[in-house]
Order: sequence, then structure tokens, then C-alpha cells
Amino acid sequence: MTQPRADQNLVSDRGLAHLPEGLFEQRAAEIAALMRARKARVVPEGTGARWQEEIISREIPAGASVLDLGCGDGFLLERLMRERDVRGQGVEIDPEQVLSCADRGVPVIQADLGTGIGWCPDKAFDVVVLEETLQTLQNPREMLDEMLRVGRRGIVSFPNFAHYRVVVDLAARSRMPVTERLPFYWYESANIHLLTLRDLLDWASSSGVRIVSGYALVDGVPRELRADDDLVAEEVLVVVERG
Amino acid sequence: MELELGGRIGPVDVEYETYGTLSPRKDNVVFVAHALSGDAHVAGWDEETERNGRAWRKRKPGWWDAIVGPGKAIDTHRYFVICPNVLGSCYGTTGPSSTDPATGKPYGLAFPMVTVGDWVKLHARLLDALGVARVAAVVGGSLGGQQALEMALAFPDRVERAVVLAAAARLSTQGLAFNAVGRYCILNDPNFRGGDYYGPDSGPDTGLAAARMLAHITYLSDEGMHEKFGRRLQSAGEQRAGFGIEFAVESYLDYQGRAFVERFDANSYLYITRAMDYYDAAATWGGGSLIEACRRVRARALVVTFDSDWLYTPGDCKDLALALARTGVGVTFANIPSRFGHDSFLVETQKVGRLLRGFLTH
Repeated sequence: MTQPRADQNLVSDRGLAHLPEGLFEQRAAEIAALMRARKARVVPEGTGARWQEEIISREIPAGASVLDLGCGDGFLLERLMRERDVRGQGVEIDPEQVLSCADRGVPVIQADLGTGIGWCPDKAFDVVVLEETLQTLQNPREMLDEMLRVGRRGIVSFPNFAHYRVVVDLAARSRMPVTERLPFYWYESANIHLLTLRDLLDWASSSGVRIVSGYALVDGVPRELRADDDLVAEEVLVVVERG
Repeated sequence: MELELGGRIGPVDVEYETYGTLSPRKDNVVFVAHALSGDAHVAGWDEETERNGRAWRKRKPGWWDAIVGPGKAIDTHRYFVICPNVLGSCYGTTGPSSTDPATGKPYGLAFPMVTVGDWVKLHARLLDALGVARVAAVVGGSLGGQQALEMALAFPDRVERAVVLAAAARLSTQGLAFNAVGRYCILNDPNFRGGDYYGPDSGPDTGLAAARMLAHITYLSDEGMHEKFGRRLQSAGEQRAGFGIEFAVESYLDYQGRAFVERFDANSYLYITRAMDYYDAAATWGGGSLIEACRRVRARALVVTFDSDWLYTPGDCKDLALALARTGVGVTFANIPSRFGHDSFLVETQKVGRLLRGFLTH
């Protein structure tokens, strides 16, 4: 799994010379413009909390079977089971969270996703959810493959590491970004495989995976994903299918 | 009744206890299965100890009193709890100490070999007799957990929920080995006399006590024993350099052995540990494949293990949970951090209670 990137020369000074003339300046200007435009913008506190769950419950057909990988306290599955008559199954590593799932009547298997989900048969679920989990995994690529092996559809959400505030934080402070959506110092963050919207799209196109629909959280407000959301999407949610 | 390993037995008595009230629709039954040394007396204080001669029950309420009762996790205001003694038991259900109608004397080793499958078939007949078509849940720990699993496998349409605590689809090799040593102690006690010891002379008390002491070690964990006893000496004075009871842990085991002899029959111990050895859900129902076997199950399942349990290990319990999860009925598997070893299912009542409450009410 440690294949070098084909375009690794980009990270060397020699590689930087190969960047199209003016591209970096153009990006920097876009980011500066975004900063100016958004400086005065007041985003009400708490906006966008659990925004994925609104969208997921719209995306999941009534009566579907749903596997939630890294289901936490079972909040999403309980809602889906109640509102959408879903047959739910969660997987969660934390014993305290497992007890919370049990309180809610959400079936949950206490397990480390790092050990895989080989126990689960092919296409056993209509939908498999990886909500804010992918970037915490030791083996995200394998888990994405597994998601589409055991599920007909996958739903993946994650914080976009290319969001302009993250980029600015890194460029301006020379420290690993600590933002509202990534609120941890590097040494205590569970996010060990941070990725960007573009990374996810690259994975999809190189793996024969189709994006069925996509959403972005922009300024605390969820909306449909657009082609140029690289810098403004704080978080991304995509619904994916094989082929 | 026909038996799984051949032969028949009859007539069979079943002693059972119930708690709560059976609903008019008979849909609120929680069937509790007891473990190796347990009995039907699940909760509360036995008021008939004088009449039934079970004086040891004066010391303690039922074995799962913290879980079963009014307002408790298995709430007897809501559920009708049934718990029978297993076939081969020494607590009222027909066993080796019961009278063999063929001879007019106790069965002893003439008692036929019985299995977990036989127990569950008998339990189903008890349910028939009570007019209960389907249980809301079958719940058990250890050997009781295997009965819960077996009921879900043998009678898939009669079980809505199955709760398996500290138990796997079969006993490990190490577990088989411990049971073998326990039986060796009993079988080689000079007072065992081929199992025919029910006369006025004393029975294989030393062997039974040794078997219990050994088994008791497997119910605890090293960490738990260290914490409870350490290397503490029994008497505050100095070490006596003899072979009496020196350490606190020796005194504890000695007490466990004596208390057990007072309340348990050695032949029952032989038969029940053998049933425990033989139980193998994958072999019986799946041609050796646990996944195949679990395809039969229609019940929603709760499987709970404890991280310090080395008799039914977390790994073996998880294998069962994952095989059940493949059926898609919805499975909860929890691995509770605890230092109480296999006994955790009796001791960690707060967490077990919380899991049970959530599982039963949804």
C-alpha cells in the first residue's frame, strides 16, 4: 500500500518548476479573495452540526439495510431505523459508545475497523456509511473497497483538507491546521489519513467508482457539490457506486 | 424422552421457577438458562429452605438477583421470567441422584448421557406445557449462554431475541482440559464408588471440592485474583512453613470447595461438564461451519464477552457474534472491560444490565 505517487516530482523544487506558469499565484489570489469575502460573514454557532445525517436520511430509501462503520453512539442509525424503517447494523470500537448504541436499541458490533469487515458477506447491505470515519482509519483504501463489496452503495463524508482556511492556516502559521472542523493538535488528532475533495474524486475515477450524488458544507450550510468546491467545501459527502 | 446420544429417559420431572406475570397473549416470556453450577433459583430469597432442605440459600438471594426483579434490567413488572433446572441437575429436575424407576434406587452412573440439545428440547416442552409458543428472549451466561444459542438454533421460530453472555459456540481445548481434571478428581476419589455413593457413607466430597476449586480459578482472572488476595497471608501472624492454609487465596478456594460440596452432587457435576464438553453448535447445525449453523437463526442476538475471560475468550465469543451478524438480523456484540474474568457476567451487573435493558426494550 506504499506505492509512490506517479507525480511525486511535484514535491521537489524541480517539480515546482513544472507547475503551469501563474497557477500558484492564481490560487493564492483566489484564497485571498475568499478570505476577504468571508471575513465579515457571521456563521451562526452550531450550524452544520450533524448536517450529514439530514442528507443521509434523505438519500437512504425507506426499508433499506444500512451498515454504519464507526457508528459512534448510534444517533444516525436510530434515526434511520425510526424514520426510514431501516434495518440497521453498526460497528464501533469504543465500549462506552457501544453501550450508548445499546441504550438506543441500535444493533452494534464492537470491533476495530482496522481488522476489516471480512465477516460481512458480499452485497449484504443496501447502503454502507462511513461518516467522518475514513480519515481516522489505518487502511482507508481497503475500507473503501470493502464498503463497495458489502454494500450496493456507499456514503462517505470527511473534512476537506483543501478548504481555504486549512490551506491558509498551514501556509501562514507553518503548523498543522487547527480549525473548527479539524479541532485537534497533530499529536492528539484521530485523523491520521487526511484527504481532500480532489483526492476522493481521484480515487473514484481511478477505481471505477461513480459519484451518484455529492454535497458540500459551505460556510456552515449544506448544498449540492459543485465542480469548483475544492477551496470552499469544509466537509464533503458523496454517495458512490461501483461502475 | 428420546436423547440425542441415544437411549430414552422417563418419566422426567422439571423443577422451574417463574417471576412476574404471564401476559394474556403470553408474549412477555424471558427464558433464563442457568450455568454449570446454577439452578432455577434466579432471584429473591427462597422462603422454603426448611422444606426443600436447601439451607445454603439462606445465605444469599438467587444467583442473578441484581438483574432479575421488579424494576431491574429483566423487569418482572413487565416480563414473565422462567428458569428451569437442566436435565441431570441435582435441584429437582431429574438427574443422577433421582430414583431410577427400573431399580428403585438412584440412577448414579446408570443415568444416560445428556446434552445441551436435550436440555433445550426439554425446555421447549416446558414452554409447551405453559402454553408459550414463542419467547421474547432467551438469556443465559456461560453454559446458560450455550443453551440460549441452542434454543435459537433448534427452535428458530420460537425465539425473538437471544442473549449469550460469556459463551461461545463451543468450549476451547483448554476448557476441555480443565473439565477433564475436574472429573478426574471426582472419579478417583475413593468414596466415589462408581457413582453409587448415595447411601449413609460419605460421597466423593474431596474430589468434588477439588474439581470446584480448580474450576473456580478458571472463572477468575490473574489480575482479579491479584487484586483481591495478592500474596496476603491468611492469618496475620507469620508464615508457618507447613501445608495448611497459608495464603488468603487458599482459604478462599477452600471455602468455595466446601460450600460447593454442601450444595452439589458429584454425579451431576460429571454429567453437566460432559454436556458442556460435547456442545458444538457448528458441528450439530452447520456440518462444522459456524456460519452455516447460524443461518438457521431468526432471533436478534446480543453477545457479550469480557476482556479478562479466559474460559470463553473474547475471540471465540466474537466469532459467534460475527457468524450471527452474517444473517442480517441485527447483532450486538460488546466486549466489556472487566477484571472479573469469566465470572464477569455475574459481577458486572451494571453494564450487563444496561445492555440487557436496551436490548429487551427495543
